[in-house]
Amino acid sequence: MKTVAELNAARAKALKTVVLRKAEEVLDKTVKSDYKRNVLVCGGTGCTSSHSDRLVDKLNEEIKANGLEKDVQVIMTGCFGLCALGPIMIVYPEGCFYSMVEEKNIARIVKEHFVEGNPVTELLYDETVADDGSIKSLDETDFYKKQVRVSLRNCGVIDPMNINEYIARDGYQALAKCLTEYTPDDVIKVVTDSGLRGRGGGGFPTGRKWALTAPNKAPQKYVVCNADEGDPGAFMDRSVLEGDPHCLIEAMAIAGYAIGASMGYVYVRAEYPIAVNRLDNAIKAARETGLLGKNIFGTGFDFDMEIRLGAGAFVCGEETALMTSIEGNRGEPRPRPPYPAVKGLYGCPTVENNVETFSNIPQIILKGAEWFASMGTEKSKGTKVFALGGKIKHTGLVEIPMGTTLRDIIYEIGGGVPNGKQFKAAQTGGPSGGCIPARLIDTEVDYDNLVSIGCMMGSGGLIVMDEDTCMVDMAKFFLEFTVDESCGKCTPCRVGTKRLLEMLDKITKGEGTLEDIDRMEELCNYIKANSLCGLGQTAPNPVLSTLKFFRDEYVAHVVDKKCPAGVCKDLLSFTIDKDKCIGCGKCAKNCPVEAISKTDYVAPGHKLPSYEIDTAKCVKCGVCMSNCKFNAVSKG
Amino acid sequence: MQKKIGKLPFKGTEEQKNRLDAVIAENKHDKSRLMAVMQQAQDIYGYLPVEVQEMIAEGMDVPMEKVYGVATFYAQFSLSPKGDTDISVCLGTACYVKGSGDIFDKLSEILGIGAEECTPDGKFSLTACRCIGACGLAPVLTVNGEVYGRLTANDVPAVLAQHGFEK
Amino acid sequence: MEMLNVKVNGIAVSVPKGSTILEAARVAGVEIPTLCYMKEKNEIGACRICVVEATGARGLVTACVYPVTEGMEISTNTAKVREARKTTLELILSTHDKKCLSCSRSTNCELQKLCRDYGVDENAFEGFKPKYEIDDSAPHLVRDNNKCILCRRCVAVCQEQYVSVIGANDRGIDTNIGSPFNAKLNDVPCISCGQCTVVCPTGALVEKDDTDKVWAALADPTKHVVVQTAPAIRATLGECFDMPIGTNVEGKMVAALRRLGFDKVFDTDFGADLTIVEEANELVERVKNNGTLPMITSCSPGWIKFAEYYYPEMLGHLSSCKSPQQMTGAVIKTYYAEKMGIDPKDIVVVSVMPCTAKKFEIGRADESAAGVPDVDVAITTRELGRMIDRAGIKFANLPDEQFDSPLGEGTGAAVIFGATGGVMEAALRTANDWLTGKSNDNIVFEEVRGTMGLKEASYDLAGLKVKVAVASGAAAAKTVMDRIKSGKADWTFVEIMGCPGGCVNGGGQPIQPQYVRDTVDLKAERAKALYAQDEATVLRKSHENPAVKKIYEEYYTDGFGGHKAHHDLHTSYVARKKYN
Repeated sequence: MKTVAELNAARAKALKTVVLRKAEEVLDKTVKSDYKRNVLVCGGTGCTSSHSDRLVDKLNEEIKANGLEKDVQVIMTGCFGLCALGPIMIVYPEGCFYSMVEEKNIARIVKEHFVEGNPVTELLYDETVADDGSIKSLDETDFYKKQVRVSLRNCGVIDPMNINEYIARDGYQALAKCLTEYTPDDVIKVVTDSGLRGRGGGGFPTGRKWALTAPNKAPQKYVVCNADEGDPGAFMDRSVLEGDPHCLIEAMAIAGYAIGASMGYVYVRAEYPIAVNRLDNAIKAARETGLLGKNIFGTGFDFDMEIRLGAGAFVCGEETALMTSIEGNRGEPRPRPPYPAVKGLYGCPTVENNVETFSNIPQIILKGAEWFASMGTEKSKGTKVFALGGKIKHTGLVEIPMGTTLRDIIYEIGGGVPNGKQFKAAQTGGPSGGCIPARLIDTEVDYDNLVSIGCMMGSGGLIVMDEDTCMVDMAKFFLEFTVDESCGKCTPCRVGTKRLLEMLDKITKGEGTLEDIDRMEELCNYIKANSLCGLGQTAPNPVLSTLKFFRDEYVAHVVDKKCPAGVCKDLLSFTIDKDKCIGCGKCAKNCPVEAISKTDYVAPGHKLPSYEIDTAKCVKCGVCMSNCKFNAVSKG
Repeated sequence: MQKKIGKLPFKGTEEQKNRLDAVIAENKHDKSRLMAVMQQAQDIYGYLPVEVQEMIAEGMDVPMEKVYGVATFYAQFSLSPKGDTDISVCLGTACYVKGSGDIFDKLSEILGIGAEECTPDGKFSLTACRCIGACGLAPVLTVNGEVYGRLTANDVPAVLAQHGFEK
Repeated sequence: MEMLNVKVNGIAVSVPKGSTILEAARVAGVEIPTLCYMKEKNEIGACRICVVEATGARGLVTACVYPVTEGMEISTNTAKVREARKTTLELILSTHDKKCLSCSRSTNCELQKLCRDYGVDENAFEGFKPKYEIDDSAPHLVRDNNKCILCRRCVAVCQEQYVSVIGANDRGIDTNIGSPFNAKLNDVPCISCGQCTVVCPTGALVEKDDTDKVWAALADPTKHVVVQTAPAIRATLGECFDMPIGTNVEGKMVAALRRLGFDKVFDTDFGADLTIVEEANELVERVKNNGTLPMITSCSPGWIKFAEYYYPEMLGHLSSCKSPQQMTGAVIKTYYAEKMGIDPKDIVVVSVMPCTAKKFEIGRADESAAGVPDVDVAITTRELGRMIDRAGIKFANLPDEQFDSPLGEGTGAAVIFGATGGVMEAALRTANDWLTGKSNDNIVFEEVRGTMGLKEASYDLAGLKVKVAVASGAAAAKTVMDRIKSGKADWTFVEIMGCPGGCVNGGGQPIQPQYVRDTVDLKAERAKALYAQDEATVLRKSHENPAVKKIYEEYYTDGFGGHKAHHDLHTSYVARKKYN
């Protein structure tokens, strides 16, 4: 593919294979589809774990058996976002959304739906079937309808292993536009004007980052993509890599053109084998097609890229640590300045952005800075992908405009807290972030609002916690994570976070004092101010933010020696209400340590004597409680 | 915790050595590919014992201490062999809040080994891992890479039995 | 050069663009504490002790790596800064084995000094602290990771030496400095140079203390205890007693040794002169007989070990001459023993060396001319300093005394052995006289002097064109060896010393705090004392040493490199496997 004209021709040809699929505004609907039906099966990591690949095989088998090869096209796509309902498949043109599909259902779907034209409503996701039996498409569900998909626009829509499907959806048009119509400075201006900020952590303006790198003269410069997504529970970068790898390639090439780099590296977690495989495939396809390599579109611009695998170190998400790791070393951060814009990978000027940031670039180039800037809030433009997790009905990935309220995210999109429990707080930004308490549920989520309440956007992990979550325990959990992941280079993070964790541990064991809480706060502030890199500087955030909003819980652990949420085992005691206990003995039978024994007391109205727990023997496993059908066991 | 160093004797074969030599030959021109070589070496041998690290150090012409420093920095590298059946429990946030810690404890109790350890008969090993991205199925564990989701600690004996564990 | 104007604690200074806050502060005469920083060697910003406040920067910044900007105002001593540094120290102490009273680094420990300065509470933080086994497997040093503060200065110098047997392992709170698979130092290709002991700010890396063996020998009436001191000791021992760097204390040193009770105080300079004549003879033989060239000196046991580990296939280039320490020891236990009528078994030879590798060298095979080890105990300059302190000798007040005969005589050529290029210059002086057949007055070979890692020169000695190279530090040694290996070297003779700058900067030399090492060129200042002594000496050529002449007349009567000399004064080398 040597010219833009060839690219356009390829797009026109490929359009026929994707036109049936909804979810897109710009497609030319006059194009006639090659197929009557498109079946999209989710091939993201979540659904693959529940063997969606076997569904594809089965589908093809049944389709063949019914002679439908020419009518039905089966595609394995990237993640749809609704991971809790996996494995997932969607059938176009209707947009029927089958959830939790099992192999044994396939034959029936093929026969009734594909052959006879009647969607199998009882296998569809219940929310998409109205009481009158009419079917809604996935886009009309609560989970999807508030979403605006920019970063994830191709995820769950195209076959990530087929470059033509990306080209059909305007793929590589942005690169073509940059190379043929824009100067590098023009590109930087568009990105700057769009207001795009880094999606991986602090939210540094992307355009400014590029602008700082571009003027630095050097024989070699680099574009680096941070795909070392490490926040527990966040997986939007993986979804883009799995669902739309060419988008990243195109964006990195654009960045290379803008700053004058001819080489890019993608640093991906090795724990993402599917993503690595698809990206690798995409790079090879782009190279073969001439969209990577020498003299792209005949413009004289050269760009190529290489994948480097991480090996399990959270700190490598920090930009300097990531570069140290690419260079083949222990991923220890380097002091800044000098910033990567001046001295980055191999000592050369380098732009580093994460996957989600890059994934916005092609659309910004094609639709313009104004379009992007029209979404979001004053200082946070565009959309943000969140990974909803924890105590929420719809766990999964959602992309929403910046400024959407937490309430909308949790209740409208996420379907609320399951089991009728009370929403308590949401944790954003993973181990570097903080929590948003229930009373601030109307916070409009954007970079600056989160920072102002002591949180952080981070990469977009959003963990919902209910009344059963102990905030001290939660802070401890995150701190355990950072202590584990501290690289050990600088003193405050290496030793400070460990000491902090020990103080928290003391508190959760009921051995803390009020002075400990104050000392802990001081130590938090010290670690923030003195650590070498972002990991250490943000490590105390979960503690500081829970101290800010839930100090009373800390105090309860320390003064009352109680864990209000009933989580911290050392502060728990299980008791049997002797009047509720009917004496069935199930608790005693199941107790792993024989801590429960019969008493002499028979409650009025009961025939058998009640049981009691020897607190000295009790290991607080809670088995008695889950076994009691009469709610006679309580903890507190 | 310092990385556990396996004590079982090295059982590398000539075939494995040839594969590693090929990997080294392909990458030795670029020392920054040390990690990639180590990752492939671990694929070949299952872990990175001293014998393998020495081959890598010699082959890539880097000090062995550098190889070891890298091996002990990244969680993925293992210095002790994995069991025939490797069980890895996700302790990511989503799984943790849904009780994966209890699952891990249960496994540890039944198998009698801790994290990064292998049973003396070489049959089972246990790992605590970070989020594997199957949060929708939380809590999850993997057995030789195969995902088991929506578990409770009570399911553990059944999962073990399925893989031939006998008390 | 573009200059930037900044203020440090209100003091205005102008510094070159690219300077760090620390450098600007030093220009302003303000000292900022550091622990991990080593100028140009370890600029990693890890310990966080050097934090300061600076305008235009968010929060606290690390002075050691943060570049100044025009108009920057820096405050190094605010309450915020002091509090942060104090907490950092307290956190370090929470993982530090605080056995200061018995630590050999007490009173010159950089951590201890800072803790005193900042009034820390040594028990402010308590909690988990990794426990490490003390590694005393190696003959030359003891590694106690319980005292390690992870500044990584040792790692930087080990890497600079191209050895890298220690590095950072594991991560987080478990990060530790060590060798692969926690191997002991004796089981890894450590060259024993001891540079790590010189830069360690605490007592985590110290020379193995052999002073008890010396005290025991001195107290044993059946032993004739002889001491020899290396050329470089006279230029540095004074530093143990707070004398200015580069003070020559030869006379006081001899006086102190005599007061410690040694039966004879000899000078390794004698062995150095002996080395030159033996080595010069060996070189001539190699040239005449098409032997392996270039020939490389063998005085430095760190270098020898480096060659044995890293260039085992090239050991043929090494001169077979023992080092001056071993030659002196060999002569004491053969010639001197015979002369004095003492059984060599009853002689204890103690050597005072600038070097930790000498502790390794005395235990090498093929270093026992009289059937017993040539040298029994090798102690470092630092250990001698401690012995003098323990004996209650007021060093500064001592008179100047002379070495004993017959092995106390050395020439100016021998004295400069202590500096890089010294052996080469001494050899050139002798070679020039021998080749021209007369005593020449031009005896200064400026090209081989100086502290550069690698120096090259070519000379015309009586019509013979000789190309030479001088390397100090194992990194430069590597360059030399690689060039020889590639066939691109046309040197005839090469001097290599294991430590950068040679013995004056050896691993056994007095420890100067890092801010001194950053700002004073120790190698050059200490070498000056040696070159000054050379200039002030009448006899400045090794072959003119009367004691050397005499030994060939009386003892090694079959001449240089003769059978007997070869037996006593030459040795052999072994190819070593890096990891076992």
